[in-house]
Amino acid sequence: MKYVIAIIQPDRLDEVLAKLTEKEIHLVTVSNVVGRGRQKGIAEVYRSHKEAGSLLRKTKLEIAVNDAYLKPAIDAIIEGGRTGSVGDGKIFVLDLDQCMRIRTGETGGEAIG
Amino acid sequence: MQRVRFGNRGILFAGAASLMLAASAFGAEAPSPSTVTAADTVWIMMSAALVMLMTPGLAFFYGGLVRKKNILSILMQCFMAVCLVSLQWVFVGYTLSFGPDIGGFIGNFDWMGLQGVGMEPSSYAPKVPHLAFATFQMMFAVITPGLIIGAFAERMRFPAFCLFTLLWATFVYNPIAHWVWGKGGFLGAGGTVDFAGGIVVHLSAGMAALAAAVFLGRRHGFPHSISPPHSLPLAVLGAGLLWFGWFGFNAGSALAANGVAVNAFLCTHIAGSAAGLTWCLLDWIKFGRPTTLGMITGAVAGLAAVTPGAGYVALSGAVWIGVVASILCWICVTAIKARYQYDDSLDAFGVHGIGGIWGTIAVGIWATKAVNPDGVNGLIQGHPLQLWFQFKAVAICMVYSFGVSLALFKFVDMVATLRVSQHEESVGLDLTQHREAGYTVID
Repeated sequence: MKYVIAIIQPDRLDEVLAKLTEKEIHLVTVSNVVGRGRQKGIAEVYRSHKEAGSLLRKTKLEIAVNDAYLKPAIDAIIEGGRTGSVGDGKIFVLDLDQCMRIRTGETGGEAIG
Repeated sequence: MQRVRFGNRGILFAGAASLMLAASAFGAEAPSPSTVTAADTVWIMMSAALVMLMTPGLAFFYGGLVRKKNILSILMQCFMAVCLVSLQWVFVGYTLSFGPDIGGFIGNFDWMGLQGVGMEPSSYAPKVPHLAFATFQMMFAVITPGLIIGAFAERMRFPAFCLFTLLWATFVYNPIAHWVWGKGGFLGAGGTVDFAGGIVVHLSAGMAALAAAVFLGRRHGFPHSISPPHSLPLAVLGAGLLWFGWFGFNAGSALAANGVAVNAFLCTHIAGSAAGLTWCLLDWIKFGRPTTLGMITGAVAGLAAVTPGAGYVALSGAVWIGVVASILCWICVTAIKARYQYDDSLDAFGVHGIGGIWGTIAVGIWATKAVNPDGVNGLIQGHPLQLWFQFKAVAICMVYSFGVSLALFKFVDMVATLRVSQHEESVGLDLTQHREAGYTVID
């Protein structure tokens, strides 16, 4: 089992979710985050005061998958999230020790599905 | 049982009828019957309510511009200004400002606790009860110290704020209100005019704001590491409420439901519109995009600037007052503040101070008796002396408000410590001063 964390552009979220659904991956947790990378953001101006170095708004996806679904998940995120510009984001893949469905107590690959 | 009650009521009716007879007989004999008119009284009461709404409006205007961790501190300071200054006003504020004159400088204590201020009209407003005038003026006294909050936002201790606000209302607002508006006040008697508070409200608060920024020093991280406004929608809501309330502020200052009030109403609206549009264009030209914050800032600058002239200038004057107010305030906020790096956090000086100064001088240029026969003529009407009267008052009140405010800050700092610790500042005033949070993270 793997745990996939992806940081993507907020405006690519709908597209990425659509691609994940196409590949029958439904389990996903989404959050709004701020952060920084190499990308220079759009400078905000408040009463003529430029806010250049501020953190950028991003969207974080967390997806737990069985090994067989790892490649489809990554493909979906890349297909949906890539624009070719700086700031498209990152995908991190972690080993996942355990997964348990709270309602039934099922564990492992069954619980992820 | 019932019969007895009937009997009692009959006696009451008879008593009331004889009282009415006595009253009408007295009325017939009284030398000057009351000249209170219902329409004027209604308008002044409505205007007082409109002006009251400006302080909560200001709270949201300022509250949206600070960081999340400080929103309650701003709302709290504004509402505390309402509570504190209203009580100060009925107790001593009104009599110091408008009471019988002592040497042109201050009112005496004759009307302390509003004693003797009743249902009969006063010489200030001949068509409304004296009490209505005092109530209407109370709302001005409330919002003026509220405006200063913008300069010391995010770093003032709450007890120090309370003490400062009380002292400032007493030693700065009340005297200046007397000089300009009080019967016998030396500036008003000397020819200076201020329709609704360009000097008394905006200039005096603006100069105190500058004193606050100088005395308290910058917030940690100013100017580059301060987060942007946490909620511009709240700030826009606040600006909208201010604009709405301003009709009571300016048109109500005609103190009657008449043509001067209508002129003030329209001039207020048009100056605000012209100024909002101008700031928007300046941002567009200089930074490539029109900004929401710029637009509402400009509107407030224009509304502040037209305040002293709303009942004295005609429509064309109001347009110019608005346009120039935006340009001057924009320069102050963009260039002067950046150059000298004083942390007037929410531009209380840059918008209200500069707007009030400009508007007061502008009355000396565009005032015309064609609009208000009881008003004055300005430069354009061939009366340049009015410009001098305006300049003189601006200079005197700038120096007075700045100097006394600075002294009050020093005094309050000695007895109550003005500024929060660095740790409290970084944690935020909501938690450290009030043990509350404006926004919860979890439902």
